[in-house]
Amino acid sequence: MTRSVLMPLQRTWLLVVGATAVALWMREDRLAGFTIGAMTLAIAYAKARLVILDFMELRHAPLLWRCLLEGWLLLVSSLIVTIYASSGAAHHSL
Amino acid sequence: MPGQYPIGAARTGTLPDADALPLSAAARSSASPRRLPGDRDVWIFIYAELCAFGLFFVAYMVYRSDRVDLFNASQLGLDRSLGALNTILLLTSSWAVAAAPRAARLGRIVAVPRYLAFGIALGLAFMVVKYFEYRAKLHAGITISTDMFYMFYFCLTGIHLMHVIAGTIILIVIWLNARARLYHTGNTTGLEAGASYWHMVDLLWIFLFALLYLLR
Repeated sequence: MTRSVLMPLQRTWLLVVGATAVALWMREDRLAGFTIGAMTLAIAYAKARLVILDFMELRHAPLLWRCLLEGWLLLVSSLIVTIYASSGAAHHSL
Repeated sequence: MPGQYPIGAARTGTLPDADALPLSAAARSSASPRRLPGDRDVWIFIYAELCAFGLFFVAYMVYRSDRVDLFNASQLGLDRSLGALNTILLLTSSWAVAAAPRAARLGRIVAVPRYLAFGIALGLAFMVVKYFEYRAKLHAGITISTDMFYMFYFCLTGIHLMHVIAGTIILIVIWLNARARLYHTGNTTGLEAGASYWHMVDLLWIFLFALLYLLR
């Protein structure tokens, strides 16, 4: 029973650490451009969502609280990516 | 409710068992109703913190959009390896701290302080890495007034560091409680509340790392 309760946590840890490595690799490879930036933000969103659902244990929390936290994440991520997308051609040409 | 149980029952030790059983069953059952871990008031506090940091992130992006070239150039001065190392430290710490209430709910109360101690050690390691990172910047003559990027870098990571310090103190308090065997199947509220705060610290760093160290 202990194993069955803790295993999903291990899986979440592997996913978030793996996602961090991918984001770092994309940056280390000196790739640039809007697509890479948007993927970096998408990875941050996915990691943050896993922390909210699995580490914070809101996956099975009352819907109000789950929606509040996921809503915060969605709103902040959307604003960030919108501002990023509209921040001009300067970084797209780099 | 006074009078519900005979006083003698408490003295013979039957009362705590009778109280703990329904909670234990609810905690173990996969069909248990949806429940908010920890304390609702702590969640309101956490939500207020998240909203404040959300505004900081948006402000950073707005200022960045005005000076993309400056922000990209200054970002090259950051040590991405240390930023990534701190990300792994906090994610792993968060994992250990998430395991603690699960262990308590399963009645593995000896494992609870061990998980918390591991989480605390990684939180302290985060502070040490941050110290060396700040020291390297100051030695290189980079300060909060160098430019707009570094103003955000020092302010955002500095405010976050204060939360890491506060979170570590909270973890130490619940670690001491866990060592005193205060958390068990029927009582995990304080443990879960402290753990929720620590996960918030981790959550915020995920964005700080992406925005300050990675985004071009």
